Amino acid sequence: MKTTELAIVGAGPAGVCAALEAASYGVKVTLIDRDDEIGGQLVKQTHKFFGWHEKSAGTRGIVISRNLAGSVEENASICFMGSTEALGYYKDDGVLLLETPQGIEKLKSGRLLIATGACEKMILFPGNDLPGVYGAGAVQTLMNVHGVKPGDSVLMIGSGNIGLIVSYQLVQAGVKLAALVEALPGIGGYAVHASKIRRLGIPIFTGYSIKEAYGTDCVEGAIIWQLDDNWQGIAGTEKDLNVDVVCLATGLTPLCEFLWQAGAGMAYVPALGGFVPLYDENMKTTVDGIYVAGDVAGIEEASTAMAEGRLAGLAIANSLGKVSAGEFLEKRRVSLEELEQLRAGPTGKAIVEGLAGLRGQMGKRVSV
Amino acid sequence: MAKEEHDIIVCRCEDVTLGEIRKAIREGATTLDEVKRITRAGMGPCQGRTCRLLVAGEIARYLGKPVSEILQSRYRPPVKPVKMGDLSVISEEGENSGCKCREEVTGQ
Repeated sequence: MKTTELAIVGAGPAGVCAALEAASYGVKVTLIDRDDEIGGQLVKQTHKFFGWHEKSAGTRGIVISRNLAGSVEENASICFMGSTEALGYYKDDGVLLLETPQGIEKLKSGRLLIATGACEKMILFPGNDLPGVYGAGAVQTLMNVHGVKPGDSVLMIGSGNIGLIVSYQLVQAGVKLAALVEALPGIGGYAVHASKIRRLGIPIFTGYSIKEAYGTDCVEGAIIWQLDDNWQGIAGTEKDLNVDVVCLATGLTPLCEFLWQAGAGMAYVPALGGFVPLYDENMKTTVDGIYVAGDVAGIEEASTAMAEGRLAGLAIANSLGKVSAGEFLEKRRVSLEELEQLRAGPTGKAIVEGLAGLRGQMGKRVSV
Repeated sequence: MAKEEHDIIVCRCEDVTLGEIRKAIREGATTLDEVKRITRAGMGPCQGRTCRLLVAGEIARYLGKPVSEILQSRYRPPVKPVKMGDLSVISEEGENSGCKCREEVTGQ
């Protein structure tokens, strides 16, 4: 059976930064991604980042992704297996099962980093399976990767950063934004994105949700309505919108299948997107040798995913005896400080509280 | 919601409606695995990635419990459908991918 010092599932911002950090200490890394390209969701992010981190602030996601891919290709210690999907983790043998373009094979690794990211959350309304109902990620992929307009007129559900950014990009692509609705009383995303939406004159309805999408073979329109204090629609407040696309930007949830399979301790933390793994300040889960970084450890920003990846890569190299104690402690201190900075501010508050809750549950495991 | 819940899809892969999920819960299903076995919700290509939290939410609401207390389904590999023929020719040596850079390895 093939073996490697460190296997990383997911070549998004977290997985790639971990690979580069671990490889810088001489760790042999196998980096696995179902896509043939390195970068994960960054490849569709055409907007500029404005994170705290000096390396990524002011840079477009797609440029960050190209730079990371270049660094991986130049690095002889990293083997990138593209178009390869991890199918499962068998904890008794410590084996990953991989579906490569040439067939299925097994891989055993000394350390395993799960950096699988997240998937989009769906919501329930009549007509939610009509063609024309998209997740915001799919709309971004269509427009920014394939250059395809998803439709002519869009109802955007959700005003978090993804909803705001995708709304802006739709308008840039010449698509009409009929309305942006948000169930909460206020806009969820950063003010800098929200003000762009306001300047474009896009109608924003806070305290509203979708009542239904309708159409014979695809979306021909959608009805929104106002919500009461119990999240129930108020009859008489309906507005009928002439749209052919309903775009759902209603949140993400971590992709934790391999962590459940590994028997890792898990906790349900709504502020982090759902079930998340318990992990310590080395990004290590409750299972020896298995680490996490990025959205799989709780939904946050790409900048945070990159910082977590660097921390996990450092900790893994240290666990393999490749970092001197002094250097490890100093670099980890800097990394943890960086994460704290990234989570400063009102948006980060719920995440910090969620993480504190996670630490509090380290003793009480949920597993199946 | 009674009529509408049959126009709302919870599991896109297997076309399971909210009405069918709620019926299974009313009839006594209290875990994700029970709802899955009765309705097939979560048994399609995405293996529940989309519907899992929605079903857990419905069970939680019906039982008046938090989602954290609803028993999760088992996450058996493979996490997506694979052809039986492909599984029968699993490579032990990794020669399938032709990747040579993983030969020298120590680990734990």
